[in-house]
Amino acid sequence: MSYNSFDEILSICYEKNISFWEAVMEDDVLERNTTQKDSRTKMKATWKAMQLADQNYDKDLKSKSGLVGGDGHKMELYGELHQQTSLCGNFLNKVMASALKMGESNACMKRIVAAPTAGACGVLPAVLVSFYKEKKCTEEDIINAMYVAAGIGKIIATRAYISGAAGGCQAEIGTASAMATGAMVFLMGGNSTQIGQGVAISLKNMLGLVCDPVAGLVEVPCVKRNVLGAMNALSSADMVLAGISSKIPPDQVIDAMKEVGDKMDFTLKETALGGLAVTSEGMKITKKMLSDN
Amino acid sequence: MNLFDILGPIMVGPSSSHTAGAVRIGYMARKLLKEQPVKAKIYFYGSFATTGVGHGTDKAIVAGLLGMEPDDIRIPNSFVIAKEQGLEYSFHTISLKDAHPNTCVLKLISRDGQEIEVEAVSTGGGGIRIHKLDKVIVDFTAERPTLIVYHQDSPGYVAQVTAILAQKGINIACMQLFRNKRGGFAVMVIETDQQIPDAAISWFENLDGIQKVTYIDLTENITESEGDLNVV
Repeated sequence: MSYNSFDEILSICYEKNISFWEAVMEDDVLERNTTQKDSRTKMKATWKAMQLADQNYDKDLKSKSGLVGGDGHKMELYGELHQQTSLCGNFLNKVMASALKMGESNACMKRIVAAPTAGACGVLPAVLVSFYKEKKCTEEDIINAMYVAAGIGKIIATRAYISGAAGGCQAEIGTASAMATGAMVFLMGGNSTQIGQGVAISLKNMLGLVCDPVAGLVEVPCVKRNVLGAMNALSSADMVLAGISSKIPPDQVIDAMKEVGDKMDFTLKETALGGLAVTSEGMKITKKMLSDN
Repeated sequence: MNLFDILGPIMVGPSSSHTAGAVRIGYMARKLLKEQPVKAKIYFYGSFATTGVGHGTDKAIVAGLLGMEPDDIRIPNSFVIAKEQGLEYSFHTISLKDAHPNTCVLKLISRDGQEIEVEAVSTGGGGIRIHKLDKVIVDFTAERPTLIVYHQDSPGYVAQVTAILAQKGINIACMQLFRNKRGGFAVMVIETDQQIPDAAISWFENLDGIQKVTYIDLTENITESEGDLNVV
């Protein structure tokens, strides 16, 4: 009962009358030759690791290059001071702070959960941890939402790719954003079809995003792109919940992402040979990094 | 690719290929030496050489050699721990022909003078591939239990080893055989679906003409989170 597309997993869901997360979990049990209990224990450990990583943020840490650190704290302070007046509002401020923190923790060699990659590790926890902290769901709901997210990531990894080196940032932050969208649609009571719609909308918004990290490091622009991924996930989920649908179905959006990624020049796929990496400031930073070594 | 390769691994950042993969390479090389090395020469190629320091690749390899796994929060302090534990290490760059950009070569020496040379590649997402073992081309990922047997290149060794595996009910998932030259020394790499019992391993070790047997089982690295979780 394996699945390689939304068409497949949705038909499994409707034929067996199970929810999206159940289909993903059943497949995991089958594939890894394990039990539901073991699978859920592992997923719960993954969730705990995400929460722990969020909690262990250290605002005083700087990355080896010195480019990254402390911004999550700034965002948090701003959010607390301007709860009523900030543009994005209280919940979104928290999501932004959380995404920055996780991206920075990653750059500073702290422990994180790759979701689906280390560079995009802030997107999913930013929405899940913030939502959970607001007490809008139970821990079991979160675990189920993580199955939804992982299943989405698996389909994208199978049909296309999930790394910046293979398909640009659209494949990395884009996939993380699609995973987070599906998780949020589920947590807000959306059905399996709506989860697919959410994926289509959020991934469409990310198409073409290149991977152009300064000095080849997972820092600039990666940390802030985690914010983009999280915000896109929430707005995409809200659109779906408002009854808006994607004119292009999710599988075709994923295939389009792959086509765009294949056509993307190699200089824009994590080689640090294009985009922001070769701006004069980017080159200056790179030069300094190399001479410091 | 399983579900927890997508949502995971739980790892110390910043990069699954340049950090988590590098830890695994060090860890695997240590397993292949069968103990913690006292001396390690670490050679970086390609992207490992150019962006390794910024990604903590150097600390990651040393951490692996010290027996740490990719989620160990001590990875950033591995240099200090290496000093405490008497592991001497040095970093170099190397030119290789047609190699994957994330390649490194490790030359390790154990306390009693055993030496091993491992060429490994970090293939992305924390996955790795051992590419050469003591200059003999091999190719395995250690994602399944893996048996590595160094033996004389003469008839009968494969038959003897596989007969024992069959007797123990162990299914071979993948099998490769390499040699440096005809009649020289050969390396048998067998990946299995089940774990191989210690008794079988020591039986292999005592066969005439078998020089070394290494068994690696990294299939289940369930992560125990360290530290307290103060979540209400």
